[in-house]
Amino acid sequence: MRDQRLWTWHVGAGVVILVFLGLHMAIMHIDTVLGLFNRPGTEAIDWSNVVDRAKSAFFMVTYVMLLGAALFHGLYGLRNILFELNPGAGLKKGLSVLLTVVGVGLFGLGTWAAWASFGLTRAL
Amino acid sequence: MLVTKGRPNRLGVAGWLGGGRWGFERYLYTLHRVTGLGLLAYFLMHIGVTTFRAFGPEAWERAMGTVSGPLFKIGEYLVFLAFAFHAVNGVRLGLIELGFGIGKPIEPVYPYRTSVDVQRPLAIGVMILAAIIAGLGGVQFLASLR
Amino acid sequence: MAATNALSEVVFRIRRFDPAANASPRWEEHRLPYTLGMTVLDGLKKLKETVAPGLAWRSSCRMGVCGSCGMFINGRARLACNTQITELGTNVVMVAPLPNFDTIRDLVPDLVPMFDAHQALMPYIIRGDHDEMTLPTGEFGQSAHELEQFLQFSYCIRCGCCMAACPTYATDPRYSGPMPLTQSHRYNADTRDDGFTARRTVLAGEAGPWRCHYAGECSRVCPKGVDPAKAIQLMKRELVLDYLRLRRERCPAEIAARPAGIKRRDGIPEAPKPTI
Repeated sequence: MRDQRLWTWHVGAGVVILVFLGLHMAIMHIDTVLGLFNRPGTEAIDWSNVVDRAKSAFFMVTYVMLLGAALFHGLYGLRNILFELNPGAGLKKGLSVLLTVVGVGLFGLGTWAAWASFGLTRAL
Repeated sequence: MLVTKGRPNRLGVAGWLGGGRWGFERYLYTLHRVTGLGLLAYFLMHIGVTTFRAFGPEAWERAMGTVSGPLFKIGEYLVFLAFAFHAVNGVRLGLIELGFGIGKPIEPVYPYRTSVDVQRPLAIGVMILAAIIAGLGGVQFLASLR
Repeated sequence: MAATNALSEVVFRIRRFDPAANASPRWEEHRLPYTLGMTVLDGLKKLKETVAPGLAWRSSCRMGVCGSCGMFINGRARLACNTQITELGTNVVMVAPLPNFDTIRDLVPDLVPMFDAHQALMPYIIRGDHDEMTLPTGEFGQSAHELEQFLQFSYCIRCGCCMAACPTYATDPRYSGPMPLTQSHRYNADTRDDGFTARRTVLAGEAGPWRCHYAGECSRVCPKGVDPAKAIQLMKRELVLDYLRLRRERCPAEIAARPAGIKRRDGIPEAPKPTI
């Protein structure tokens, strides 16, 4: 049944997030100490660094993987917490549908942004 | 089947919080829940804000402008702290919930050494690692305030 | 911890609830002289004999093996018979009925939902050889190592303390809870059993271990060292391996071979023929 499968994917997604969000956090929040990922003297969110990452195929693909894994992991976790508050059967079904729609929608938005910025920055 | 109806006596959400008498792991459980919700809330907004990079440098700078105030910087560090804890504790939970680090079934002899005692060093190690990661992020955070 | 020689009086604050008389519970305070070795159960009995004849609770063995007297004592689920007053560190003893169960009266919880969940997870040996199960011809062979895989979990006395301590069970009555899940794992781990597939149909869904997030309180409060938290995580491992099709199938234990070449000593009569 579903819970056995969903939980296994939840743990798997957690492993994917550990790797890629760890990298993302290192780039964004620890790079003044590490000095490995961004242009010297710039901040991680400066446009020059954003371009460097956006036009890289590695970052484009891994951003999409991180997006999918994090949306699944986070929304399944939220579903767990909400279900533990013991809603009725109809509300449970509604919540599952809503969270799935939100997840798929945001995944679509984020994937489009990764793909569009890949094309935009490559053309620059 | 005997059916008895008594007065409801569930602890409810207060049962998630403890109240000072519960063990270390129960507080880690509550904190993991709180940080998870915080990270999710931030993440959903983050997807929206970072989408602006697809519209070029002016749109990006405007989007970054809206989230560059000192309150946002502090909020971002809090998110980083939440990540540091949630990630390392998540590794601990992933290991434990797949049966690693909790010991084998044994003959219980009083005073009992349960799986909670066996995994305690892992839990302490996790907290130390989270503190180290939080410190590394703190260096950049403090630099950004200047 | 208060020194025994300093403790002369114990103050009991008991949560009383009479469904016939009052609408809501109230706290009642009584004082008793302390006697050496007094447990919470001793105190309750003394109170019932003297000042509170209507006080209701469950108890039986008074030695921590029947599991009847689970109560919420000074903010923690414990057995009343197993709790020395001196181990509480104070002379004020607050006794309430076990939480996460309906209260029938005073300190009596309604444990039926726990037993229902327990029954739904099939806590008994399930095997295909019905003839052997109904008319056994011998013992099943099981090594000491195989026994160790489930023995700890068989010490459960079904007191319900773990259920009272579980944060998930505090909000979600559909979660099976530590005791039923541990007993289900006890049978899944037993080599004599062949019921994993049957139990999986229940465990893979909502009644399974998926709402456990290892708060560990169940193992901390268990009076018999059963360690339900460990059993639940081991069960999750089995179920994940099963989903990934990596679980090792095993045949259930066979009938142990009779020892060969053993001669009966002279003068010992044969056993009578079986009558069924």
